[in-house]
Amino acid sequence: MNASVQECLIAIRVVKAFVREDHENEKFRAAADAVRKAQLKAEKMLILNMPIMQFVMYCCMIAISWFGGRMIIGGTLLTGEFMSFISYVGQIMMSLMMISFVFVVVVMSRASAFRIAEVLDEEIDIRDSSGNKDLKVEDGSVVFDSVSFSYSKNKDNLTLNDCSFEIKPGETVGIIGGTGSGKTSLVQLIPRLYDVIEGRVLVGGHDVRDYKLGILRNAVAVVLQKNVLFSGTIKENLRWGNVEATDSEIIEACKTAQAHDFIASFPEGYDTYLGQGGVNVSGGQKQRLSIARALLKRPKMLILDDSTSAVDTATDSKIRQALRENLKDTTKIIIAQRITSVSDADRIIVMDDGRINAIGTHDELLAANSIYREVYESQQKGVA
Amino acid sequence: MAGPFSRRPAAKPKDTGKTLKRIMKYLFAYKLQLAAVAVSIIVSAAASVAGTYFLKPIINQYIVPYIGSKNPDMTGFASMIGMLAAVYALGVAGTYAYNRLMLNISTGTLYKLRTELFAHMESLPIKYFDTHTHGELMSRYTNDIDTLREMLSHGIPNLFSSALTVIGIFAMMVVLSPALTVLVVFVLILILFVMKKIGGLSAKYFRKQQKEIGRVNGYIEEMIEGQKVVKVFSREQIVKSDFDKINDELFHAAANAHTFAGILMPIIGNLSYMLYSLTAAVGAIMSIKGYIDIGTIASFLQYTRTFTQPLNQISQQMSAILTALAGAERIFEVLDEKPEVDEGIVELVHARKKDRGELEEAEKYTGMWAWRQPNEDGSINYSELKGDVRFEDVTFGYEENKTVLDGISLYAKPGQKIAFVGSTGAGKTTITNLINRFYDVPDGKIRYDGININKIRKADLRRSLSMVLQDTHLFTGTVMENIRYGKLDATDEEVINAAKLANAHSFIKHLPRGYNTMLTSDGANLSQGQRQLLAIARAAVANPPVLILDEATSSIDTRTEALIEKGMNTLMEGRTVFVIAHRLSTVRNSDAIMVLENGTIIERGDHEDLIAAQGKYYQLYTGMFELS
Repeated sequence: MNASVQECLIAIRVVKAFVREDHENEKFRAAADAVRKAQLKAEKMLILNMPIMQFVMYCCMIAISWFGGRMIIGGTLLTGEFMSFISYVGQIMMSLMMISFVFVVVVMSRASAFRIAEVLDEEIDIRDSSGNKDLKVEDGSVVFDSVSFSYSKNKDNLTLNDCSFEIKPGETVGIIGGTGSGKTSLVQLIPRLYDVIEGRVLVGGHDVRDYKLGILRNAVAVVLQKNVLFSGTIKENLRWGNVEATDSEIIEACKTAQAHDFIASFPEGYDTYLGQGGVNVSGGQKQRLSIARALLKRPKMLILDDSTSAVDTATDSKIRQALRENLKDTTKIIIAQRITSVSDADRIIVMDDGRINAIGTHDELLAANSIYREVYESQQKGVA
Repeated sequence: MAGPFSRRPAAKPKDTGKTLKRIMKYLFAYKLQLAAVAVSIIVSAAASVAGTYFLKPIINQYIVPYIGSKNPDMTGFASMIGMLAAVYALGVAGTYAYNRLMLNISTGTLYKLRTELFAHMESLPIKYFDTHTHGELMSRYTNDIDTLREMLSHGIPNLFSSALTVIGIFAMMVVLSPALTVLVVFVLILILFVMKKIGGLSAKYFRKQQKEIGRVNGYIEEMIEGQKVVKVFSREQIVKSDFDKINDELFHAAANAHTFAGILMPIIGNLSYMLYSLTAAVGAIMSIKGYIDIGTIASFLQYTRTFTQPLNQISQQMSAILTALAGAERIFEVLDEKPEVDEGIVELVHARKKDRGELEEAEKYTGMWAWRQPNEDGSINYSELKGDVRFEDVTFGYEENKTVLDGISLYAKPGQKIAFVGSTGAGKTTITNLINRFYDVPDGKIRYDGININKIRKADLRRSLSMVLQDTHLFTGTVMENIRYGKLDATDEEVINAAKLANAHSFIKHLPRGYNTMLTSDGANLSQGQRQLLAIARAAVANPPVLILDEATSSIDTRTEALIEKGMNTLMEGRTVFVIAHRLSTVRNSDAIMVLENGTIIERGDHEDLIAAQGKYYQLYTGMFELS
């Protein structure tokens, strides 16, 4: 029933637009009726509790009065003893009631305890390597060696299928492909947000599983598709990248990410308070803040996962230019929907249905790759 | 679980009396059963009080006189015990009866309340959903209804039976021995005093605990949301230590709250033991002096033992009932929200043309629709549904003093495709929300086929429009059922034709069970593009003259969009279409493009006009300006 309420709340506009209120009410009534019947059934047992308790207590009282009375008359029991006895029985009854109450609570909490235990027992499938603790990420090179990956760990349902490529340090690589083609999954393997099923991912010449997670992730900065800012000031959010960043470092990173100007335009500048999820900045501004936050890590490798989708093309190209100039040695991987965002990359990887369709420069792909050309044309139509 | 004595700082209801009265109104639907409940409670309470009193005559008349006698007369004793058994049997029956009846009443009442709440929620204007979170509304169905159930099926009956028992016991005590009763009252006052003192202390910490729980939950929510960000920045340790800090606060508040709640029980217990022994001692002295007989002391002592239990019950139930009332008040608050007003008189009917070209109402689907417009003199006008929409100088704001649309004028002739372009907050979606009257324009200047839309019945108006939204919102059910949502009586064939029209047929065929594939949780097992195609098919099966596409393709990549486009184009043929799009490639072939900024139309014209004008659209198109 709750599911149906939830569904209806989320889709209220659809329900109203199609004038389906009555239809939904009908569905809900059926669900609510089922709940009522289930409740009636469950509680029927529960309400027996009180009368049974009373029944037992009353039986005791009657038995004690009868037998106790006879014993007093027979001289084997004193009146005082009789009264203490009644008191004791009362006490026992109280305790029994308490026990039954506790028992019910225990049964109820057992289910909750199981659910908590389930989370606690959940195996941490990405563990720190036990190998060389001090292994540093030397450079920003990346190698994918026939990598296969699936979220469900099921080999029949692969999200990435036998992907191999190499990226040299300092290179800029674009990744393009349709929704669900595996672009995001691909780059999430680099900072080891997930582990591969088959093959291996090498960063700086070593398998990502040989690094300490902290060291690896500090060297690889990812600006996620879904940017999350936390409640706090802009400065606090940016310092997620580097807790010790100085003000001038922060400003420099923001300038590279083309965020400085709009931050400076806020009355409180870098001390502007952001609500939960960064509700008071626009999508494009949020994306630029996230890029600045990642830059503060001074990473060996920067991954932008569709991070400039809400930024206009002019600013987008300014960001890319700034990245090229200020982060020469950093490997840059850019995932994008817009061809213009990747067309000036050193190489472009075209993804299709979990496989690498082609790798090449913009011109090469335009000449030889049908998917790339289709995407290009669908975005260029009419622009003369 | 706090001890039975704890007084949780229940969110207090604002107007207890009024809320209670309203709940009573629901309960009075069960008048007869309610009366039976009252009788049963009285029987049950009376039996428990009377039973104890029996000790006195039993001891005085049937035990003491026969002590030591060789041949006691047991018949009187036996019949007395028999009577006691009968009284007790009645009591047990009464207890069962009122619990069982109350269960009927409470589940029935809750069922009614739930369905009413849901139906009412469905009728609320969209505005209400803008200002209330889903979680907030959901908790009406879960928390609030739950506490109300507790109160109806346990709280109220227990409260009454406990109150009756206390009164009965007290009355019997006075009858048995006024002197001893004074003693009891004296100690009782002491107990109440202690309860209030310690209860108040624990309530203070319970309030603090509640606040800390809120903070902890908020933090958890935010961090789960940003889980991946936490990971890629390796902030796990910092987040953990921050969480430890607030969790620690919660621990201290909870520990204090429960300590006070916990010690209350033993303290009261010991006080009642004290009361017992005091009564026993005083009773003994009185008995030795001959003021009182042994049987009276026996039943009086038994009463003091049973006295504190119903008192506990009362204090416990009171706080539970207050919480439930606060919940009920929140439910009623939703029920009191004003539903969408609908003063429309113009209806949409099936129609056919008469010989002379005049329109006539038809019983069945004819492929032609007409607006049925009653005139003031009682005659009825019919005009054909064409899909002509005009805005005349429309100004609108969601809140007062905050205009979102400022003096919008536009027209869409039947079959035209009108596009809206502009950044977030420019008012694009607002325009479409006004057309289908999700929001009302204060002074109606929107005309649909020449009729002021405020005059059209909302249900009919919305039936004549179809919307495809950015968020597709599919429902739990099969693919077939989801498409049929657009027209409930559509045949399977109609559904399949609609799917073909929307270019969705080929992928549906490839689903494991074709049209009978179950979709769960908003169609999570489909790709974004597939969901969108289903939404388009859903709109297609409704077959409306006017179509609104609100960012319908913005979350699809351009290549997939090209595939959908074909379906869209067939769907749009011959209809008036309003398109809102982020991506300019989507709107390029519209008859007219409106560029919105700050609630006004700053540019209008078709693609070529606007490009030639080299204005905002040109800037947007060539990527010189940011759309956010």
